[in-house]
Amino acid sequence: MRPERFGALLYHFGTRRLSFLKSPVLLTVLQRLGDSPTARVACETAGVGVAELPAFRTALATLAASDMIRERT
Amino acid sequence: MTVLPLVEQFQYGLDAPICLTWELTYACNLSCVHCLSSSGRRDPRELSTMECKAVIDELERMQVFYVNIGGGEPTVRPDFWELVDYVTAHHVGVKFSTNGIKITPVVAERLAASDYVDVQISLDGATEDVNDAVRGPGSYRTALRAMENLHTAGFRGFKVSVVVTRQNAGQLDVFKAIADRFGAQLRLTRLRPSGRGADVWDELHPTAAQQRDLYDWLLAHGEDVLTGDSFFHLAAYGDALPGLNLCGAGRVVCLIDPVGDVYACPFAIHENFLAGNIRNPGGFTRVWRESELFTDLRRPQTGGACTSCSAFDSCRGGCMAAKFFTGLPLDGPDPECVKGHGAAALSAVESKPKPSLDHSHRKPVPVTIGMRRPDRACDTGPLAGFTP
Repeated sequence: MRPERFGALLYHFGTRRLSFLKSPVLLTVLQRLGDSPTARVACETAGVGVAELPAFRTALATLAASDMIRERT
Repeated sequence: MTVLPLVEQFQYGLDAPICLTWELTYACNLSCVHCLSSSGRRDPRELSTMECKAVIDELERMQVFYVNIGGGEPTVRPDFWELVDYVTAHHVGVKFSTNGIKITPVVAERLAASDYVDVQISLDGATEDVNDAVRGPGSYRTALRAMENLHTAGFRGFKVSVVVTRQNAGQLDVFKAIADRFGAQLRLTRLRPSGRGADVWDELHPTAAQQRDLYDWLLAHGEDVLTGDSFFHLAAYGDALPGLNLCGAGRVVCLIDPVGDVYACPFAIHENFLAGNIRNPGGFTRVWRESELFTDLRRPQTGGACTSCSAFDSCRGGCMAAKFFTGLPLDGPDPECVKGHGAAALSAVESKPKPSLDHSHRKPVPVTIGMRRPDRACDTGPLAGFTP
């Protein structure tokens, strides 16, 4: 994950796919995912408002679908 | 979450390339008539193993995601495998392009075991006659044997890389069948008039009708077939092809050549596109971030004669290198402009730039195509595998 002015670039070495985070807030959410009990908490502590949660849910689901993030095991 | 579109972001450049092409050597066992880097003979100033490792350390610090290693034939460097291991140990992905000469069963086993290494086998004809006319006698069999070895070793998803020419444009389905047979992925790229390609471009570049068929074929195959974003000039037909559809030269990609010179893109080995050398103080990082050429490329570009064209937002004037090496102005149409503006502009070209480097073999080249003019002296695609 490489921070950029517009958000960040993500590269998956297994699938060789590149993804874009078009929001610096989404980058903060991702950085907090590992240490947060739930994705919702990661969003809240990153400053995502309630109204924006559905958009972030969709973004995280997209990243999960491309294996950029994974459910904790 | 509204920010500038990515295309706009990328036009102003990134602090580090997403990926870059690194040609490790000009030495090559083949003498392909369209070689972008006019490769053949090894350059005595070639970067040493230690210098290469220092570059890799820098790429790791800059968080470059992967390097496309090419040449020449990179695998002929005696330290090639050592360097590949060094790159992957430093968390940079590798894809290397090869004609397959060194891909023995043992090497294939090794490659199949690594997640960080991808391989791209060059093939410019789906049949032996079409391929060997461009790449030289025996090269088709060498490539097919390498594919067989990779397949047998269990390497899935390696790339079969094809430069689309007038002679092979009708073979796209056969290329796809070859890639499928070996569990590989087909990658099609554009013939550039760079290096020795300048000498054969007139005879080898696809006709207008072939370009249209290619575009339809690519649209029909979507992301199954990679293009390294190299056909973005075809977006002017209507729908954009998968990829970023922009020229990333000096903005998101670049080329490091065997002697450490940094060029704006792999298709622009010419002093006009030389940004600096990694041997100078500040190394690659300084060239990427501060060179005059790259700073200039990241300024808003004018479309010149193309600005008034309805397709300009799609094709953005096409490929800088293709224009330069065919003698066209950089702010005019691409020589293969789908609206036909390039063909018209080409008829008015009086002189083309002379190549500034040539490492071609000096002995007669054993090809039968006979297209090289004696009076003139070169993934993959830079954005291969790229999904925005």
